[in-house]
Amino acid sequence: MKTDRKVSAVPASIDETLKLLSSGGYVADRALSTVVYLALKMGRPLFLEGEAGVGKTEVAKVLSATLGRRLLRLQCYEGLDIASALYEWNYAAQMIAIRIAESEGIDRERLTSDIFSERFLVRRPLLEALSPDPAGAPVLLVDELDRADEAFEAFLLEVLADFQVTIPELGTVKALVPPIVIVTSNRTREVHDALKRRCLYHWIDYPTFARELAIVTAKVPDSAEKLSRDIVGFVQQLRKEDLFKAPGTAETLDWASALVVLDAKALEPSLISDTLGVVLKYQDDVVRFDQPKLEQMLRDSRAALKAVE
Amino acid sequence: MSARTHAPERGHFPDHIAEFARVLRRAGMPVGPGAVVDAVKAVEAAGIERRTDFYWALHAVLVKRHEHDPIFNEAFRLFWRRRHGFEHIMDAMLPLAPEASKQRAAQRRVEEAMTPSAREPRELKRQEVQIDMSGTMSDLEVLQKKDFAQMSAEEISTARRHIETIVFADDEMRRRRLVANPRGHRIDMRRTLRASLRTGGAIIDLKRRAPGHKKPPIVALLDISGSMSEYSRVGLHFLHALTEARGSVSTFLFGTRLTNVTRALKTRDADEALASCAGTAQDWSGGTRIGIALHDFNKHWSRRVLSQGAIVLLITDGLERDATERLGFELDRLHRSCRRLIWLNPLLRYDAFEARAKGVLAMLPHVDEVRPMHNLASLGALAEALAHDRPSAHIDPKRWLSRAA
Repeated sequence: MKTDRKVSAVPASIDETLKLLSSGGYVADRALSTVVYLALKMGRPLFLEGEAGVGKTEVAKVLSATLGRRLLRLQCYEGLDIASALYEWNYAAQMIAIRIAESEGIDRERLTSDIFSERFLVRRPLLEALSPDPAGAPVLLVDELDRADEAFEAFLLEVLADFQVTIPELGTVKALVPPIVIVTSNRTREVHDALKRRCLYHWIDYPTFARELAIVTAKVPDSAEKLSRDIVGFVQQLRKEDLFKAPGTAETLDWASALVVLDAKALEPSLISDTLGVVLKYQDDVVRFDQPKLEQMLRDSRAALKAVE
Repeated sequence: MSARTHAPERGHFPDHIAEFARVLRRAGMPVGPGAVVDAVKAVEAAGIERRTDFYWALHAVLVKRHEHDPIFNEAFRLFWRRRHGFEHIMDAMLPLAPEASKQRAAQRRVEEAMTPSAREPRELKRQEVQIDMSGTMSDLEVLQKKDFAQMSAEEISTARRHIETIVFADDEMRRRRLVANPRGHRIDMRRTLRASLRTGGAIIDLKRRAPGHKKPPIVALLDISGSMSEYSRVGLHFLHALTEARGSVSTFLFGTRLTNVTRALKTRDADEALASCAGTAQDWSGGTRIGIALHDFNKHWSRRVLSQGAIVLLITDGLERDATERLGFELDRLHRSCRRLIWLNPLLRYDAFEARAKGVLAMLPHVDEVRPMHNLASLGALAEALAHDRPSAHIDPKRWLSRAA
C-alpha cells in the first residue's frame, strides 16, 4: 500500500506508545497508552472523558507533535454548525464573481459550476481532516464535545462513521487515510451512546502521587525537588477533601509555576493560603481552609509521603 | 469467516470474549454484538502477554461509561480468574440487573388481564376523551380537587391514568443554533446564494435565519421519605409522564441518600418503570436528609445535568431534621446553577400553611417558585406553568416568608 510510510510512524506496541507519549512530555500510565495504541492501530476515534484539567486535550497535542502530524482543533460550543465545523463558501468573492459574470454575459450553467468550485471554498477543521496530507493523516481534536448540542453530535457521528462528508455543490469528500481522532468531554452532559459506540472509551482519572510528581518534574523543571514533592503531596491530600471542584493536574502545574516564581523552596501554611486561589477555583472551597486546617493538612500529606517510602 | 494467517493463537479466545460480554450484559451493561467483534480485534492488537494490557484493551471497547468501571472490574476479576463455576458468576452479578422487578411488573399485568375488574381502568384510559364528554364530569372534578393522601387505592389508580394524559405546555427556550426563518434578523448567505443562482444571479432574494428554540431540560429531585409517602409515588408517576412527553428529563430520588432513576423512568410502561425505580432506590419511606442529598447532587450531578439551562423541580415537604444551615447553603448553590428552581410542596394543601418549620424557612429564600402538588389540578397547573417564565404572586416564595415574619 502507498500509505506504508505513514503507518510505520505509528508505534508498533504498547511500550512504544508509552515511550512516544513520554518523549512528548506526557507522562501516561499503562492504561492510557493501551487505548492510545489501540486507537492508532485500529484506526478508531478515541473518546476521552474526565474531570477538567487532567490532560485530555494534551493527549492530542502530544500525539500531533511526536508523530509530526498536523493538529486540527475543533472547539465545540452550543450552536456550532456545519458552516464553522465543516465548510463555508466565500460569499463576498462569490458575489463579485457573479457581478463580473453578469457584465460579461456568461451563461447560467457555467456560472454555477464556477461559483461553487474549490476556489471559493473555505475549509473548516472537519473538512481539512478528511483532505489528503503529505505528512500523514492529521490529528483531529474535537474538544469538549459535551458543550455542543445534540444536533451537532448526530452530524459528527455521521462523519466519524465513514470519514466522509457530502458537499451538495461539489460532491463527496472521503478521507483516503482516516485521521487520528481524539474526542474529549468534561461530562457536563452525557454524550449519546451511539457516538461512544464508534469510539474507544477511556476515563482519565487524577494521577497517582508518583505519576503526578513525574508530570511536575517534566513540566516545571525549575521547581526544587522538595517543593515539587510538597506540592504534589498537598494536592493529593486536597483531592481527598469534600470539595466542589477538586484540583486537576493543570492546577497542580499552575501552582508549581506560581510557587517557583515566588522563589519558594518548600510549602508553608502562610504561603499556601496566599496562593490557594491558583488551586481552588470556588470561593466556597477556598474559605474552608483556614490556617490551622492548612497546617494540619500539610503535616498529614508529609506523613503520608513518609509512610509510603 | 476469512482464513487469517495469524489465527493459531486465537483458539477459543473469541468464544471466551463473547461469553465475557454475555456476563457484562447480564450485569446490566449495554454490550452489543458489534462490541464483541471489536473486543476480539483489540485484544489481538494489544496482545495477551500482560494482564493489564488485556484488561485495558477489553475496557477500551466494552466500557462506554465511567459508572460501569466497577462492574467491569468485578466481572473481569471473577471471569478471567477461574473459567469453571461460570454460572455461579452470573448468579453473583444478578442483583445488579433489574431482572427481578421486571418479572413482578409483568406478573401484575398478567393478573390484571385475568381479572376483568382490574382491567377496567386500562380501558378508561383509552376512551379518555369520551369520559370527559359524558356525565362523569362531576366525578372527574371531584377527583381533580381531591388530595392524593385521601384517595382510595382505586381512585389513586384512576388518578394515575389521568396523569398519563396530562398535556404538557409547549415551553421553549431560545438556543444559539440558527435555523431558517423568513422573519429572522440575520441573512443566510448560503441559502441566499444558492437561491439566487437558480435565476442566474439576476435576482438576489435575501434568505434569513434566526435562533431556534428547544425545550429546556428538566431535572426533578423527588423526596421519598416517610412524610412524603402518599405523594412520592404519584409524583414519580407524574415524572414518568413528563419523561414520556419531553425526553430530556433527569430524575433523582432522595430520602437518606440520592438515587438516579432517569434510565428506569425511560421505560415506556409506567408499571414497569415504577417497579424498576422501586428496585433501584433503597430508602423508601425512611428519614429525610435533604441537605446531604442536595450536597450529593451538587457535587456529583449538577455539572452533568444542569449545563443546558435546566429547570429544577424539587419535590419535598421541606421537613428537614438535619442541620438547616447546610440545607440553605446547598440549595443556594443549586439555585445558582440552574435556570429556574421550582419547589413543589404538598404541604401547601393546607390553607393555613405557614412557613414555620426550620427546613422550610431555610429553603424559601433560595427558590423561584413554590407550588402545591397534592391533587390532579395542581399537577395540571404545573404542566401548564412550565411554559411561563414569570412567576405570579400566588407562587412567589416571598409570600410565605413575609407571612412567617
